[in-house]
Amino acid sequence: MTIEDEQPSVELSKVAVSETHGEDSPYFAGWKAYDEDPYHESSNPSGVIQMGLAENQVSFDLLEEYLEHHPQEASWGKGASGFRENALFQDYHGLQSFRNAMASFMGQVRGERAKFDPDRVVLTAGATAANELLTFILANPGDALLVPTPYYPGFDRDLRWRTGVNIVPVHCDSSNNFQVTPQALDAAYSKAEAMNIKVRGVLITNPSNPLGATIQRSVLGEILDFVTRKNIHLVSDEIYSGSAFSSTEFVSIAEVLEARDYKDSERVHIVYSLSKDLGLPGFRVGTIYSYNDWVVTTARRMSSFTLISSQTQQLLASMLSDKSFTQNYIKTNRERLKKRYQTIIEGLRNAGIDCLEGNAGLFCWMNLSPLLEKPTRECELDLWNTVLQEVKLNISPGSSCHCSEPGWFRVCFANMSEQTLEVALKRIHQFMEGRKTNGGNLNFLLI
Amino acid sequence: MGPGMGGSINKINVGGAWTTIVHASTSKHVAPAEQRNKLCRYMKMLSRKATCHSHGQDSSYFLGLQEYEKNPYHEVHNPSGIIQMGLAENQLSFDLIESWLSRNSDRTNFIENGRSIFRDLALFQDYHGLPAFKKADENLNLAVNINSQVLAEFVEEIRGNKVRFDPNKLVLTAGATSANETLIFCLAEPGEAFLVPTPYYPGFDRDLKWRTEVEIVPVHCSSLNHFRLTKSALEEAYQQAQKLKLKVKGVLITNPSNPLGTTMTKDELHHLITFAVAKEIHIVSDEIYSGTVFDSPSFVSVIEAAKIKYPKDTTLWSRIHIVYSLSKDLGLPGFRVGMIYSNNEAVISAATKMSSFGLVSSQTQYLLSKILGDRKFTKYYIKENQRRVKKRHEMLVLGLKKAGIRCLKSNAGLFCWVDMRHLLRTSTFDAEMELWKKIVCEVGLNISPGSSCHCSEPGWFRVCFSNMSKETLNLSMQRIKAFVDSINGGRYGQNDARSLCSSRSKKVTCYMGFIIVKICLST
Repeated sequence: MTIEDEQPSVELSKVAVSETHGEDSPYFAGWKAYDEDPYHESSNPSGVIQMGLAENQVSFDLLEEYLEHHPQEASWGKGASGFRENALFQDYHGLQSFRNAMASFMGQVRGERAKFDPDRVVLTAGATAANELLTFILANPGDALLVPTPYYPGFDRDLRWRTGVNIVPVHCDSSNNFQVTPQALDAAYSKAEAMNIKVRGVLITNPSNPLGATIQRSVLGEILDFVTRKNIHLVSDEIYSGSAFSSTEFVSIAEVLEARDYKDSERVHIVYSLSKDLGLPGFRVGTIYSYNDWVVTTARRMSSFTLISSQTQQLLASMLSDKSFTQNYIKTNRERLKKRYQTIIEGLRNAGIDCLEGNAGLFCWMNLSPLLEKPTRECELDLWNTVLQEVKLNISPGSSCHCSEPGWFRVCFANMSEQTLEVALKRIHQFMEGRKTNGGNLNFLLI
Repeated sequence: MGPGMGGSINKINVGGAWTTIVHASTSKHVAPAEQRNKLCRYMKMLSRKATCHSHGQDSSYFLGLQEYEKNPYHEVHNPSGIIQMGLAENQLSFDLIESWLSRNSDRTNFIENGRSIFRDLALFQDYHGLPAFKKADENLNLAVNINSQVLAEFVEEIRGNKVRFDPNKLVLTAGATSANETLIFCLAEPGEAFLVPTPYYPGFDRDLKWRTEVEIVPVHCSSLNHFRLTKSALEEAYQQAQKLKLKVKGVLITNPSNPLGTTMTKDELHHLITFAVAKEIHIVSDEIYSGTVFDSPSFVSVIEAAKIKYPKDTTLWSRIHIVYSLSKDLGLPGFRVGMIYSNNEAVISAATKMSSFGLVSSQTQYLLSKILGDRKFTKYYIKENQRRVKKRHEMLVLGLKKAGIRCLKSNAGLFCWVDMRHLLRTSTFDAEMELWKKIVCEVGLNISPGSSCHCSEPGWFRVCFSNMSKETLNLSMQRIKAFVDSINGGRYGQNDARSLCSSRSKKVTCYMGFIIVKICLST
């Protein structure tokens, strides 16, 4: 049965044929190039090194060790005695033990400076689903969310595609380290108003992707004041909260609310996931934590479309309620990420490249604007393509993150071995040397 | 879906619409006294989707589940509690899987070829569309990349290997709930419609309509011809949609049917296909119960019927989409394993990207690829499971017969479609609700009233039989018999031990009274 190479005679929906899924952007094109020629230490040493994927691979050994010492956790006990109950469990409240464990883990990640109520935890299959779900709940088709730039490219799909909701960018720039300002928020809000678009909320990522930096407490306060003034929602995607290099550097919106005695907190919703901190994107574990009862109720019902496998809930409930394991994990993970960050920053500095000062996340925000012929998006994409095809590194161009200043790139450092990172840094060094000596000619030998 | 909805429930009236609020233990965040006012205010801040009732949870289907939760039967701890017969779960064959797990613990411990593949699994979030993760890692290939292959083969096995399923045309989703919603997103615009034969699974009101904003136009089937789908019923529904100015994009059938428990005949399928071809619309076939067919006629998928009737019509092929899941056949609803199968590349492409919003946990994919990859086991499992379902089905049919109650003749599913029209005071939906209340609260059986399935005739009920032990099933039939006897012979409830429920019945009556009003208003 072959399908003719023409439009199907029955139309599909606009959503199905639109490009709002965003997968034609360079963000995804880079992955393709990597996929066609992936770096491998021994079998393909000149292949493309993947630096466009914000994965955390630095702490798996800790998880594997836990599993080795607790084999029953992954197998329902002796003779699979707990199997049937687990296999039947499809309650959208989620396993109580797992919700408790998540609430406790979230508190630990924040150094116990905020407490989380398990009854407010709503489970979803990943933060991708959590963000979409919240958007369905907080906004109608045609409405908008304000999102500070630069932002995670996936938001274009997650917040807009099936929901029909718009993103109006809140422009941030390097003059103040890309921090959000009340002026920028006001400007975005006015822009939306001018377009007759109703703004329903602000969505921030804290720590920020792609900046790799936490949002300062004072800025969080300003954002909270802004949303209160406008009577709109605030969604804080804190997926990288456990990846802050030191526990005290990260301030969660939960802490700001606590300091204000939870006044007006029903407009605030936190998104979290285990994909980054625990490095488990494959297990699809996300959560919405809302201070709004109705949002909790509705989100729970909607989560029917995106429940977490009860098998996975069971395994992680045990793991995350083991406090000695989680304390050690959180601490060690932070230390390792910090070390990786220092390695890459130093390596880039030696190559004459500056980065935004970061303190969190699995990537750094690299400034290659001095290398641009002209400060335009086209030149940025040219440079990106050069880095991809000739330096053989897949990094993410700032334009794919909607950055208003050309020349910035997100470079991931936690999804590879230390050796591979060294190789990548050597290539960058060579590339920069090549540009200095050859005045732009890119003839050099790849290590 | 989601049988457990604990927490206290309050109803408030916001601008004329009744809405339920579950109070989580959140009073420390907001002073209880102000809670209602604040919530009213914030309701205006939420989307229409969040404040409407398309989530469907005010229906009696879900209310029955709630009543059960408040007073669940337990052999020892609560022998007079409500027996759950409203949940189509398959609990008959777990022992087969459990013994497989015991025998194969070394194959499911994340070790392949002596190497731990835990991290590969943990990182694996490929939805088969994005090439990025097809690593040159043989171990991972062994474990997860063959999952589609293994699932396709299992699905073929269930259909007696009569149709080939190409693993590249398969999209994995977090359950059939997600699969159905995703297909509707792909095939229809907000405001357009899908035709669905009645009676149908109550969950469709949420799954097909809520976030998609697509309408359901019912295709009414009648007991006069055993609820079979007819040409005229399809035509009538189409005309109705036109009257309502709704553009029809497709027909969604469940085959084998929920709640009827019957497989569609070749004739029905031919009518359906002819109709879809003429109107140039899609067919979505939810085949979630295809592995529970225990009697003849054997299961015929719409794909097979199309092959026979229109072997060369490629346009037709691009308009047929199958939904399947492991929740019923394997009894694993908690693991969230569903799938979409389609020959339409554009649909597969869009659905694959959409599956990002509901991927199957790689840990679960890994386990299932092992179980389903054991072809000897699956062959045995399918056969044995069908045998057990058949036995249970017979038990229920016979037991009801003893009470003078008939069922629609069925050959599949985990439930019977039971005819209680003769027990209605009058042939009305009011009387059906009255009877249902009695059966839930006084007889202590949570069964599903036909009205919650949009049945056009009052008096039919769906009764599940595979989610309990034999003993419990026997008890439920004793209770029904006693109930029927009492109706025929005298007053009921004088010496029954279920005083809990009767003291509760007033409260329930008030609550249910509200629901009756809602149902009447919405139909």
